Amino acid sequence: MQILVAIKQVPARDSQLTIAPSGEWIEEDDLAYEINEPDAYALEAALRLREQHGGEVIALCAGPERVLPVIREALAKGADRAIHVAEDHPEAWDTLAWARLLAAAAETENFDLVLTGLQSDDLGWAQTGVVMAELLRLPHATLVIEAAIEDGRVRVKRELEGGWFQHVSMPLPALVTFQSGSIRLRYATLMGIKRARTKPVRRLTAAELGVAPARQLRLRRLHPPRHDKQTTMLTGSAQEQAAQLVEILRHEVRVL
Amino acid sequence: MSGVLAICEHSAGVWNRMSFETLAAAQQLGRAQGWPVSAVVLGQGTAALAAELAACALDRVYSVEHERLARYTADGFTSALDWLIAHVRPDVVLLPHTYCVRDFAPCLAARAGLSLLSDVTGIRVERGELIFERQLFQGRLNADYSVDGAGRVVVSLQAGAFRADAVEPGSAPIETLTPPLDDTTIRQRPEEPFRESAGELDLGAAELIVAVGRGIREAGNIELVRELAAALGAELAASRPVCDNGWLPIERQVGSSGQTVAPKLYIAIGISGAIQHLVGMKGARTIVAINKDAGAPIFEVADYGIVGDLFEVLPALTELLRPAQA
Repeated sequence: MQILVAIKQVPARDSQLTIAPSGEWIEEDDLAYEINEPDAYALEAALRLREQHGGEVIALCAGPERVLPVIREALAKGADRAIHVAEDHPEAWDTLAWARLLAAAAETENFDLVLTGLQSDDLGWAQTGVVMAELLRLPHATLVIEAAIEDGRVRVKRELEGGWFQHVSMPLPALVTFQSGSIRLRYATLMGIKRARTKPVRRLTAAELGVAPARQLRLRRLHPPRHDKQTTMLTGSAQEQAAQLVEILRHEVRVL
Repeated sequence: MSGVLAICEHSAGVWNRMSFETLAAAQQLGRAQGWPVSAVVLGQGTAALAAELAACALDRVYSVEHERLARYTADGFTSALDWLIAHVRPDVVLLPHTYCVRDFAPCLAARAGLSLLSDVTGIRVERGELIFERQLFQGRLNADYSVDGAGRVVVSLQAGAFRADAVEPGSAPIETLTPPLDDTTIRQRPEEPFRESAGELDLGAAELIVAVGRGIREAGNIELVRELAAALGAELAASRPVCDNGWLPIERQVGSSGQTVAPKLYIAIGISGAIQHLVGMKGARTIVAINKDAGAPIFEVADYGIVGDLFEVLPALTELLRPAQA
């Protein structure tokens, strides 16, 4: 079983975000980065499927040199090898073009399954994986929390709204996007980290893949969220904040 | 007929409420641009649903009927709608940003050769150009997007971005269409939807809710929140990461994948306020947020906010509330 896992590097969850003077993106200089959380679950699912069925897990990540730590992390956790699509200007690509780039890189491999996260924590489009499926002519399923291989098909458990779930099966090769949670992520072991240094990382470029940057959707301006609601902020020490809140609950909200 | 096409979602003949938010958005966009507005419902046996749409101020209602659309599949819906889009050639396709739409809309847009703007929170016209607003970084920043070139685009709308009760009544002709779908079109084999827990706990009826999120850091700390809930006489609830980690059972999860609640008081503790959580609780009458990060989106919906260390604020609050209840 050959499994490709498409992973993305995103600003760390607790980053303080500052809008750049251009207004078109955030200041990147002091940012810490990490693997996109749903992609970490896709990687975990891939490693578990390989443990059951054998084969290889190949991590696929596009972006500038700064994405290499995320690739190393995937290798340290157990991916067998990786593809880095080196691209210094992700902002010059919209989702459709970026999916073309990833799909072209995927096509350099013979795979049975492509796994990725259902959305990224930064742009939150929730579409790159599904667009890749369409470009690669693969059947797909999204919002998946479990995947199993049965009779040459992949059978997934999907999350629906309001606490409902559904099983869906598809012929292989297929593409599946994972929701966060429900399975426990492994940590990289010291041995894994050591081994990762010797695992192959194949470097490709957009030019080699014959894909050019393109952008129909244009990010014009970033701005802080608007405050539609009047929020009363309670200040002072923790004691003082608690005391103010109790007064409010008693006299204004009237629930005490 | 070009213009704007609203794709309406239902489940086994019951409308998803967001469909009407989408219709309202389509009517407003049509008015602003001077465009014809049409709506589509797809499935099997959708005549009654199409008749409901035909009682709205629309130029046309498409009823796309096929036995292979009786149950949702990504391939079936993508093929049928791609075929309809080729027929209608809309400038803008609007959909509700539901779980179902997230599953097929990117595929549909790619097949139709259109870009998809997903999870859009607002549409406005600026100097004759359509500007679409959406959230980035889990709601920490907003962004304005525009579409280059001919500008034909697919747009999915965030829950609550438009008001369902703003749909204008009227009357529209219904056109029933049968898309060309065969056995080879649909590769996914869907099984019956099911629920995991019996759902015996109905948070929807709770008057007071104390909810806890990722900020609580570990299972052992949940006790602090439990004590506050007990002192208040409130139900305990949680955001998704807490239930994913098994710190509280999934039946206590609030948000798009859990329960929707509307209590008198909702205290959100260590919950950043991702949209998936907000949709489940923003109907609460009073919202209190306690979070260490002043930039957390939860403060956007809060009536009262405390920026601080929950490990200091919670014990102080519980202590003050105990005698109040006694």
